[in-house]
Amino acid sequence: MTDIPLLSLAIWVPILGGLLVLATGSDRNAPMARMLALAVAVAGFVVTIPLYTGFDTTTSAMQFVELTSWVPRFNINYHLGVDGLSVFFVILNAFITILVVIAGWQVIQSKVAQYMAAFLVMSGLMNGIFSALDGILFYVFFEASLIPLYLIIGIWGGANRVYAAIKFFLYTLLGSLLMLLALLYLFMQSGGSFSILDWHQLPLPIEPQILIFLAFLIAFGVKVPMWPVHTWLPDAHVEAPTGGSVVLAAIGLKLGAYGFLRFSLPIVPDAAHQLAPLVITLSLIAVVYIGFVALVQADMKKLVAYSSISHMGFVTLGFFMFNPLGVEGALVQMISHGFVSGAMFLCIGVLYDRMHSRQIADYGGVVHTMPKFAAFFMLFAMANSGLPATSGFVGEFMVVLGAVKYNFWIGFIAATTLILGAAYSLWMYKRVVFGKVANKHVAALEDINGREFAFLAILAFCVLAMGLYPFPFTEVMHASVNELLRHVAVSKL
Amino acid sequence: MTDMKALYLLVPLAPLVGAILAGLFGKQIGRAGAHIVTILGVAIAFVGSVVIYQDVAAGNTFNGTVYTWMQAGGIDFEVGFQIDSLTVMMMLVVTFVSLMVHIYTIGYMSEDPGYQRFFSYISLFTFSMLMLVMSNNFLQLFFGWEAVGLVSYLLIGFWYERPTAIYANMKAFLVNRVGDFGFLLGIGLIAAYTGSLDYQEVFAKAQELSVTEMAVTGWPLLTAICICLFIGAMGKSAQVPLHVWLPDSMEGPTPISALIHAATMVTAGIFMVARMSPLFELSDTALSFVLVIGATTALFMGFLGIVQNDIKRVVAYSTLSQLGYMTVALGVSAYSAAVFHLMTHAFFKALLFLGAGSVIIGMHHDQDMRNMGGLRKYMPITWITSLLGSLALIGFPLFSGFYSKDSIIEAVHASTITGSGYALFCVLLGVFVTAFYSFRMYFLVFHGEERFGKAHGHHDHHGDHDDEEPSADHHHGLAPGQKPHESPWVVTLPLVLLAVPSVLIGFFTIDPMLFGEWFKGVIVVGDNHVGLKELAENFHGPVAMALHGLQTAPFWLAMGGVALAWFFYMKRPDIPAAIQRTFKPIHSLLENKYFFDRFNEIFFAGGARALGKGLWKAGDQGLIDGLAVNGTARLVGWVAQMSRLFQTGHLYQYAFMMIIGVFILLTYWFNKG
Repeated sequence: MTDIPLLSLAIWVPILGGLLVLATGSDRNAPMARMLALAVAVAGFVVTIPLYTGFDTTTSAMQFVELTSWVPRFNINYHLGVDGLSVFFVILNAFITILVVIAGWQVIQSKVAQYMAAFLVMSGLMNGIFSALDGILFYVFFEASLIPLYLIIGIWGGANRVYAAIKFFLYTLLGSLLMLLALLYLFMQSGGSFSILDWHQLPLPIEPQILIFLAFLIAFGVKVPMWPVHTWLPDAHVEAPTGGSVVLAAIGLKLGAYGFLRFSLPIVPDAAHQLAPLVITLSLIAVVYIGFVALVQADMKKLVAYSSISHMGFVTLGFFMFNPLGVEGALVQMISHGFVSGAMFLCIGVLYDRMHSRQIADYGGVVHTMPKFAAFFMLFAMANSGLPATSGFVGEFMVVLGAVKYNFWIGFIAATTLILGAAYSLWMYKRVVFGKVANKHVAALEDINGREFAFLAILAFCVLAMGLYPFPFTEVMHASVNELLRHVAVSKL
Repeated sequence: MTDMKALYLLVPLAPLVGAILAGLFGKQIGRAGAHIVTILGVAIAFVGSVVIYQDVAAGNTFNGTVYTWMQAGGIDFEVGFQIDSLTVMMMLVVTFVSLMVHIYTIGYMSEDPGYQRFFSYISLFTFSMLMLVMSNNFLQLFFGWEAVGLVSYLLIGFWYERPTAIYANMKAFLVNRVGDFGFLLGIGLIAAYTGSLDYQEVFAKAQELSVTEMAVTGWPLLTAICICLFIGAMGKSAQVPLHVWLPDSMEGPTPISALIHAATMVTAGIFMVARMSPLFELSDTALSFVLVIGATTALFMGFLGIVQNDIKRVVAYSTLSQLGYMTVALGVSAYSAAVFHLMTHAFFKALLFLGAGSVIIGMHHDQDMRNMGGLRKYMPITWITSLLGSLALIGFPLFSGFYSKDSIIEAVHASTITGSGYALFCVLLGVFVTAFYSFRMYFLVFHGEERFGKAHGHHDHHGDHDDEEPSADHHHGLAPGQKPHESPWVVTLPLVLLAVPSVLIGFFTIDPMLFGEWFKGVIVVGDNHVGLKELAENFHGPVAMALHGLQTAPFWLAMGGVALAWFFYMKRPDIPAAIQRTFKPIHSLLENKYFFDRFNEIFFAGGARALGKGLWKAGDQGLIDGLAVNGTARLVGWVAQMSRLFQTGHLYQYAFMMIIGVFILLTYWFNKG
C-alpha cells in the first residue's frame, strides 16, 4: 500500500486528466467533456481516501513521503509528504473539485472543456502546494495555481471580470515575489538546501528572521486574505463564476493560512513570537471591521466574501496564540470554512442561475417558491453564524476558548463574531428568503433540481457530521500540532 | 443500570426521531402521520421521564459520558448525562408541557398549511431542551442552549410571510446571541482556568477559583465567570435589558408561546444558575448582580403588562415579570425556591397561554381584549381554567403559585445580601401589579359587556410600534352578529390537564422541594446565606402556610390588585381612560416600553449599519482601494506615461541623451578622483 505514490496521484491524476478533458476540444463534445471531467474528479478524490485511512495519527513525521531529485545542480527535489497539518486539505480539495464539476454542469455552456480542465488542473496544482516539502517545488505550484484561477475569472467571469482578474493576479504575485526572495535567502543560509524540513532546523539571528517573517506575512497574508490586503477578494468573488468562487473560498484562501503553519511558525519562530501581536491585531480587525462591512453589503456574493475574510481572521488569530486549542481550532475552522463558504457560494449560484442577480434587494420570499432550497440555505447560514452542531461552531469555539486562555480581552473581541456573524448571515437570509414574494421573478422560481439537491445535500451532511462529531478531525492533527508548538517554543537564536 | 442508560438516551432521542420523520417526510406521512409520530415520541419521553423520576426518587443518580465529541488542548469535550433530582424535575416539566402542547396543536394549527413543519419544530425543541437539562458539561449545555434558540427562531418566524414575525425572530436570535456572547466567555474562562468543562470537575475546583485573580484584568475570577454565565441567562431568560425579544416573540403561534416562551426555554437561564449554585454561592458580588437585575425585571416588566391590549402580550409581560421573581430567588441563594417557582409557573403559565390561544381561536384570531368581554358564557372550560391559572399566578393561598411566590418573598425578606432591600420592595409591589394586570385581563376577556362582533377598525392602537402590530392577515376577528364558541376537545383537554397541577402541585411538593432532602447535594447553599433556612424553621406544613398567608402583606396586596382591577374594568371603566389622560407622560413611557426598542433600533442596529457603511466606504473603498491599490496603479501608469515621453523613436534624440549621460558620468568620475 505504502509504495503507491498516493500524493503524486493526487497531484497528477487531475492535472493529466484535465489535459485529457481539454483534448475533447470544442463545445460540440461538451457532454463528453463533462462526463470525463466528473470521472477524473472522482478518481482524483478516490486516490486521496487512503491518505486518511492509512494515516498514522501517532506520529508528527511526514507520511506518504516521495523524494526524487529534480534539478540536481541546485539541489531541488521533487519532495512530497503530508502530516496532520496538511492531509485534510488534500482530501478537501479533491472533494470540492467534484462538487465544482457538478455545479458547472448546466450553467457553463461555452468553452466547457476548457472550463472543466482549468478546475481539474488547478485542483492538482493545489494538492501540490499542500504536499510539497521542497521550497522551490512549493513555489512553482503556488505560482502556477494562480494561472487557472486567473483564467477562470477572466474568461467565465462577470462584467467587470478583467479588473478583478488583474487585481487578483497582481496582488498575489507581488506578495509571492517577496516570498521567493526569502526562499532564496534560506537556500543560501542552509548551505544549499531547499528542503523545508531542513529549514525548520536552521538557526537564524533575529534580524533576518524578522525580514523573512515579513516577506512571508505579505505573501501569505494576501492569500488569506488578511486586513488590509483583502480588497481583491470581494472583487474576485463577485466576478468569478460560481465554481471559481467555491474553489477560491474553500481551498484558495487556505493556501495562505497553510503557509503560515508550514513556513512562518517553524522556520522563524522567534520572529513569529515577536510579531505575534501584529498578526493578532490584524486578525481581530478582520473579525470585527470586516464583520461590520459584511453587514451592509447589498450584493450577496460580496457579503459572503467579506464573511470569509472575517472567518479567516479566526484562523490567523488561532495560529498566533501558540496554544493547541488555537492552532487546532484554526485548522478545524479552515476545513469547516471549506464546506460552509463553498455551500454558501453554491446557494448563491443556485439563485443567480435563475434570477441573474446577486442583489439582495431583488429577492424576498424565496421560501414560497423554493422551500427545499430555503431549508438548505438556512442550515448553511446558521453554520456560517457558528451554530453548535454545525461545523462552523467547532473551530470558532476552540479559537475563542484558546483566546480567552491567552488573553481575556482578545477572547472578548473575537467572541463578538457570535453576534456579528449571526447578524449579517440572518439579516441576509431574512431579506432573501423570508417575507412575501417580492416580484414576479421570484414567483416564477423553480425549486432545486436533483443535481443541485445532490451537491447541497452532500455539503449539508459534511457540515452536520463535522459539527456533531469533530473527533476524527482533531485526532489526526494532535501529533503534528503538538510537535509544531513544541518546535516553535524553542528559540533559534 | 444499563437499562437505565438506554432509557436516558431514549428520552431525548424519541422526540428527535419524531421531529426528523415529521420534518423530512412530512409530505409522505401526511398531517395525521406527523402528529402521531411526534406525539408518540414526546409521550415516550414523558413516560421515560416518569420512570427515571421513580428511579431517582429511589436514590439512583447517574453521571456519565455518551460519547467524546472532541479532544483538544488537553480538554475532553464530551456529550454526557447527569441525571439527578434537578434534572429529572426539569425533564418531567418539559415533557409534560410539551405533550400537552403537542395535543393542543392538533386543534390550534388544524388549518395551517405548515402543520407538519410545526410538529417537527416543536419536537425538535423538546429534544434540544432535554439535551440542555440532562447535560453533565458546559459544552452540551451550550449546544442545547443554542439549539433551543434556533428552534425558537424558526418558530417565532413560523409565519414567514408576516414582516413582523420575521423581524421578531431575527431580533430574538440576535439579542440571545448577545447573551450567548457572555455565556461563551464564561465557558472560556472556565476552560482556561480549570482545564475541564465537566460540571463536577469544575465544581470541585470552585473554592480554588474563588481566590484566583484573572491574568490580564486582575478581576476576581469566580465573580467574572458567574457574571458572564449570568449574562447568558439574561438573554435566554429575558432579563432587563436583554428582555426586548420576548414580547415580540408573541408573533409566533400560541402553542409555542406556551411551550417555549413561557414554560420551558425561557427558564433555561434559571435552571442553569441553579445548576451552577456551587459556583454562584462563592461570589456575593455576582449574586447581588443577579438579584438587582431580577428585581428590576420583576417589577418594571409587570408595569408594562398593565397597558397592553393584546391578550398574548399581557401574558408575555407577566412571564417576564415572573422570570424576574425566579431570578430574585437565585440572587438570594434560594435556588430551590427559584426552581420550585419555575415548575409551578411552567404549569400555570402554559395554561394561561393555551387559554389565551383558545380565546383567540374563539375570537377568530382577534387578539385585542377591547373586542372581547363576556366570553365566559360561550367558552366555559376556557373560562374556568383561565381563572384557575390567574389565581395561581397571583399567588392565591393553596394554589401552586402561592407556595412558590410566597417562599421567594420570604426568602428575600430574610436575606441580608446587598440589594435585598430593593428586591423586597420590587417583589412586594410586584404582587399588587401582577394581580392587577392579571385580573384586568380576566375581566376584560371573560366578564362585562360583549364587545365582539362589532365592526371594529384598529382604533387607537396607540403608540404601538408599527412592526409589532399583530399583522392584519391573521387578525380577522368575529363578523357582526357572530358568537364565539368553545374550542374542540384537543384544545380544552390540555387546559384541564394543566389546570390540575396549576392548582395542586405546590401544595404537594413544597415540603420535599424546599425544605426536604429532594435537592440535597445538587443545589448547594453556603452557610452565610440564610434565606431559605429561616423559612424552613417556620414551616409547619402547606395548610398552615396557606392559613398564615392570609395574614401577610402579599395576600392583601394581591387582593387589592384584584379589587382595583374589578373596580376599574367592571365598575367604572371611565377611570382608566381618565388616568391615562391625566398621567400622559407615564402612560406614554409604558406604552413605549421605556423606549428600550427605540434605543436599540437607533443606537445598536442603526449604529452598526452606519459603522459598517463607514468602514466600507471610507476604509475599503476610499483608503485601501482608492488610495493604496488603484493609487499605486495610477502611479505606475503615470511613471510609464512620463517615460514614454523620452521614447520618441528618433535616433538623434537618443544619441543626444547618451552624450549627456556620458558627460555626467565622466564629470562624476573625474571629480571623485
